[in-house]
Amino acid sequence: MTQPLLSIENLVVEFGTPRHRFPAVNGIDLTLEKGRTLGLVGESGCGKSVTSLAVMRLVPQPPGHYAGGRIMFEGRDLLSLPEAEMRKLRGGRIGMVFQEPMTSLNPVYTLGVQLREMLQAHSDLSDRAARDRAIELLDMVGLPSPAKRIDDYPHQLSGGQRQRVMIAMALANDPVLLIADEPTTALDVTVQAQILELLQSLQERTGTAILLITHDLGVVAETCDEVAVMYGGKVVERAPTGALFADPQHPYTIGLMAAVPRLDAPADRLATIPGSVPPPWANRKGCRFASRCPLAIDVCRAEQPPLAAIGTDHSVACWRAPIEEIAA
Amino acid sequence: MINALVNRLLLSVPVLIGVVIFGFLLIKMAPGDPAQIMAGPTATPEVVAQIRQQMGLDQPLLVQLGRYAERLVQGDLGRSLISNRPVVSELAAAVGPTVELMIASLIWAVPLGIGMGTIAAVRRGSWVDRTIMAISVAGVSLPIFFIALVLMQFLGVTLQILPFMGRGGPLWTVDGLRHIAIPALSLGLIFVGPVARMTRSSVLEVLRLDHVRTARAKGLTERRVILRHALRNALIPVVTLIGLQAGYLLGGAVVTETIFSYPGIGRLAVGAILSSDFPLAQGTILVLALGFILINMIVDMLYAILDPRAQKS
Ligand SMILES: Nc1ncnc2c1ncn2[C@@H]1O[C@H](COP(=O)(O)OP(=O)(O)OP(=O)(O)O)[C@@H](O)[C@H]1O
Ligand SMILES: [Mg+2]
Repeated sequence: MTQPLLSIENLVVEFGTPRHRFPAVNGIDLTLEKGRTLGLVGESGCGKSVTSLAVMRLVPQPPGHYAGGRIMFEGRDLLSLPEAEMRKLRGGRIGMVFQEPMTSLNPVYTLGVQLREMLQAHSDLSDRAARDRAIELLDMVGLPSPAKRIDDYPHQLSGGQRQRVMIAMALANDPVLLIADEPTTALDVTVQAQILELLQSLQERTGTAILLITHDLGVVAETCDEVAVMYGGKVVERAPTGALFADPQHPYTIGLMAAVPRLDAPADRLATIPGSVPPPWANRKGCRFASRCPLAIDVCRAEQPPLAAIGTDHSVACWRAPIEEIAA
Repeated sequence: MINALVNRLLLSVPVLIGVVIFGFLLIKMAPGDPAQIMAGPTATPEVVAQIRQQMGLDQPLLVQLGRYAERLVQGDLGRSLISNRPVVSELAAAVGPTVELMIASLIWAVPLGIGMGTIAAVRRGSWVDRTIMAISVAGVSLPIFFIALVLMQFLGVTLQILPFMGRGGPLWTVDGLRHIAIPALSLGLIFVGPVARMTRSSVLEVLRLDHVRTARAKGLTERRVILRHALRNALIPVVTLIGLQAGYLLGGAVVTETIFSYPGIGRLAVGAILSSDFPLAQGTILVLALGFILINMIVDMLYAILDPRAQKS
C-alpha cells in the first residue's frame, strides 16, 4: 500500500497559558486513505473539533498550542509548513464543513460573493466564470433554483440549505480531503439524513476522502469505512466499521453503542453511560474512562493503557481487552 | 430601502412638530422682551407697546404659536432683531459652513478611529494596542474646548502655521482649507477616541465568530480575513455609535465655532441667544434639530446598506 492521504501521528494540542496547560488532544494517531471515510466519534468535549481544526492548522493560538506530533498530508507535515503553503491547502486540497451551519456563513455577503471568493482565492477565474461555477456548485449540492438563490443572503436560507452551501463551498476547489465536523448535529432529523446522503453521493462522484466527525454512532454505521473512537483527548478504539460494530472492545465503545437511540426505545441517549467526561485538566493518571467504567480494576486507575492491536486493523486501549462478554 | 426611508421621514414629522413647539416655548420662557429689544433702550413705553402689538406679542400664547407655525410653513421665520435681515437668509448663510466643518472633521477622524481600533484589535494585548487605547482614553476624557485652545495656541500662535479665526472661504479653496484646519482638527479629535474604542471591541467580537473561521478555512490571506470579514461586519455597530453621537457632534460644533469665530449655525445660535435675538434663536434651534434628524437618517441608511438583514421590507 502507498502512503495514506492523511496520517496524524501522536498529535498533542494543548490549551491554556504557558503555566497552566492542559491537553485537549493527547497523543492521537489516525490514518485516512484516499477516497475513504473515517469516522471520529466521541462525546462532547473529547477533542474532535480540536483535532479537525489542527488538520487545517486553525486552532486559535493563543490559547491553543501544538505541543507535539505530526500531521502528514500528501507527504508533508502540516504543522511545520510555511503559512503561505498552508493557506493554499485550506480551501484548496482540504475543504472543511463546520458544526454550526447557522453562523458559519458571513451574514453580510451573498452566497455568490462567498463562493466566488473561495474559488478565486485558489484560481484566477474571472468574476463571470466564478459565478457560473458557483451556480453549478449550488446545483450540485441540491439547492433549488441556484441561479436565483445565488444572490440571496444567508439569512434567507434555512439551516439545511446553509449547510448545503457550506458543503458546496468546501468542495469548490475539488479537495482531496473533506473535513466535516458534525455537519448534521445542528439540523433536524430529516435534514440530517439528506445532508449525509448528499455527502456520500458527492464522495462517489468526486472521490474525496472524508474525515467525518460525529458523536452519533448511527451516522458512523451508515457512512464510514473506518472508525476511531475518542475519549478524553485520546483514541481508545480504532477499527473498520463492520468490525467495530460486530465486536466492540472498549467499554466506552460498548457504552456508546448501547446508547444509540432505537426507534422502539427513544431513551435519553447518554444516560446509559453513567458519569461524564472528566475535564482535560483533571488528574491524568490511569485510564481516563476508569471513573465511569463498570469493568475498571486497579491497574486501570494506575496506568494508562496503550492503544494495542487485538486483530487485523482493530486496536483498543484497554487493560481488560479482549472483552469476551458484553457488559452493557 | 426606499420604504424604510419614507417610513423614517414620516416618523420624523412628529419629532419636528415637537421641536417647533418646544423651541417656541423655550424662547417664550427666556428672559427679555423682544419688543423692548426691537425698539431699543431709549424708546418710550408707548412705542414699545405699539411694536408689541405689531408683532402680535399681546395675543394669547396659543394664537402666537399658531401664527408662528403658519409663517413657518410658508418658509418665513421672521427677521433678526439685531441685523433686521430675514432669519431664513441668516440661517442659509450659516448652514454651509457648519456642514463643511462637520465633513472636514469626520472625513479624517472616523477613518482614523476605525483604523486605530482595527489595528488595536488585531494586535490585542501588545504595546501597540495599549498605546492606541491610551491615546483614545485621553482623547475621550479631554473636553473639546481644551483641545481647541491647545491646538489654537500651538499651531496658530506658537508655530503660526495656520490661521485660527473665522472662515477663509469654501472648502475647496486653499484659504478655506487653511482656516478650517484647526477647527476641524479639534472637532474631529473628540471623535477619534470613541470610534477607535468601539471599533476595537467590535472587531474583537467579530473575530471570534464562526464565519471568520470559515473565511480562514477558505485559505484567504489574514489581511483579507480582517478587512473583508472582520472589519466589514464590525462596522455595523460602529455606524450605530456614530449615529448616537450625533448630538455630541452638533454640540461640539457649537463650541468649536464659538471658539474659532467660525460663521456657522453653532456660533449663530450662541450669538442669538446671548443677544436675545428670539426669532434667530428659534431658527437656529430648528436647524440644529433638523440636522440631528438628518444625521440619524443618514446613519439608518448606512446601516441598511451595511447589514442586509436590516433590509427586510
Ligand atoms: N478555544 C479554546 N480555548 C480553550 N479550550 C478549548 C478551546 N477549544 C477547545 N477547548 C477545549 O478542548 C476540549 C475539546 O474540545 P472540542 O471542541 O474538540 O470538543 P468536541 O469533541 O468537538 O466536542 P463537541 O461534540 O461539543 O463539538 C474541550 O475540553 C475544550 O475545553
Ligand atoms: Mg466539536
